[in-house]
Amino acid sequence: MLDLKNLTIEKAHQSFLNGEFTCQKLAGEYLRVIKEKNKELNVYLEVFKDVMEQAKKADKRFADGSAVLMTGIPVAIKDNILFKGHKVSAGSKILENYTATYDSTVVKQLKEAGAVIIGRTNMDEFAMGVSTENSAYGVTKNPHDPKRVSGGSSGGSTACVAMNGALVALGSDTGGSCRQPASFCGVVGLKPTYGSVSRNGLIAMGSSLDVIGAIGKNISDVEVIFNLIKGRDEMDSTSVNLREGQSFVKNEGQSFTAPIIGVPRHLIGEGMDHEALLNFEETVEKFKSIGYAILNIELPYVKYSVPSYYVITPAEISANLARFDGIRYGIHKDGENLEDDYLRTKGYGFGPEVKRRILLGTYVLSHGYYDAYYSKATMVRELIVNDYKKAFSKVHLVLTPTTTGPAFKIGEKINDPVKAYLEDIFTGPANMAGLPAISIPSGFVQREGEKLPLGIQLIAPHQREDLLFEVGKEFEKIREK
Amino acid sequence: MNIKDVENLAKLARIELSEKEKNSLLADMENILGYVKQIELVTRTENIKPEYKLCNVWREDKFKSQDFSPELVKNQFPDSQDGFLKVKKIL
Repeated sequence: MLDLKNLTIEKAHQSFLNGEFTCQKLAGEYLRVIKEKNKELNVYLEVFKDVMEQAKKADKRFADGSAVLMTGIPVAIKDNILFKGHKVSAGSKILENYTATYDSTVVKQLKEAGAVIIGRTNMDEFAMGVSTENSAYGVTKNPHDPKRVSGGSSGGSTACVAMNGALVALGSDTGGSCRQPASFCGVVGLKPTYGSVSRNGLIAMGSSLDVIGAIGKNISDVEVIFNLIKGRDEMDSTSVNLREGQSFVKNEGQSFTAPIIGVPRHLIGEGMDHEALLNFEETVEKFKSIGYAILNIELPYVKYSVPSYYVITPAEISANLARFDGIRYGIHKDGENLEDDYLRTKGYGFGPEVKRRILLGTYVLSHGYYDAYYSKATMVRELIVNDYKKAFSKVHLVLTPTTTGPAFKIGEKINDPVKAYLEDIFTGPANMAGLPAISIPSGFVQREGEKLPLGIQLIAPHQREDLLFEVGKEFEKIREK
Repeated sequence: MNIKDVENLAKLARIELSEKEKNSLLADMENILGYVKQIELVTRTENIKPEYKLCNVWREDKFKSQDFSPELVKNQFPDSQDGFLKVKKIL
């Protein structure tokens, strides 16, 4: 049996190189774990039939010398990322019979590198949710305590990495969907800069916010994935190449420049779990102990982030999801006439949260309400962007908790949409402003005899993922102290 | 908002709803709109110039072969007959 718990991309690569184990052996190990645990946790919606075939091809690349760092690395993909010839349902009934007709750009990049794509992971329907309870295929249970949710919407991907069902995973993040479940599952979740990763072949939710993110057990693994998938793609006109930034931790090989970390104190505390707050304070102290300066910052409009997010996102959802009409692909429910076909197909195919958001979006975009809601929300968004712009003139990074507490129980928030929406309180602002952000495990709390993970979030200026990685790695070193 | 509004929105969005769904959506919508309404409190106090530039991104209109076949379309299409895709009459 291989030590999957402590395995990293670099270690696996070295082992493939020196013949300690093969890509097929490693893929087989993950398949064994999945067989043992997936039934209970419901992490994978499907394990692909061609896994061993992919692993065999990867072994060949090691034999012929064409292998790269990601060759043979087992990766899970969220069920909204297209992989040609494989099913992709976005966690929805309306796409339960849909097979991807092309490869998303990120899958193309994984394939070119020779990564082994294990399967598609569970998610809230069309990525709308914070617990995977909105999936049409059942909830993904938290590997740390199966009575609790794994978070969402990329809860399948984060639980997958946490249970050792794949070494790394891809998710998507519109309001916190990589970071919040990463925090709940005790893994690292990266939401890159808006536009830094191609979304060609990602099933769209909120197009001004969506970005594909990486999930792993540590920052190095997440960095490897990000470096593979980042960059401009002509198939996604919103994608850009990253500017090369100046590293500050080791400034041109000279003396150590201590980063300044901003903490928006006025946003942290209210509604927070007591022990999670304590853990956050300890984190702040740990950063201080290695010489970082901590500065209290004001982000006056960020408190309006969640309410404006829940105007802008539904508006974009109502437009993006209009395409699922049962005419060209997906589920079709037959009616009396064409309009009846639409009504029945959407009525049957969409779940409650999707219907809620489509109706809400239709409402805020309708004549008479557009100015009060949609226009206002886009104005608030500009003010939020400006808040961060001002903050980043004084600090290098912003630090907050990722969530208000550890993973909640299955069913706890299912009947109260606003309560669920408030899960995005710390994560949503980075999406509204397009900023890169990362959730890093910061410790545990005890609940009913179970150890539940907590996470902290670092936010950086646009295109400065490198700062998240540098500082995040420093934190990983001091975390246990 | 009342039940008629929910019905009207559902009609615009082409979603069939049961009576039970309509009632629970009405309650949810009121709850959510009550919450998001707080953005009304924001009055623009400063003139914000977005730092980003909105621009069109073009690509060259050149012929390129694509990975495509009629089979790909047909296999996903809910209804087809004798190589034709079947849809209901529009007029």
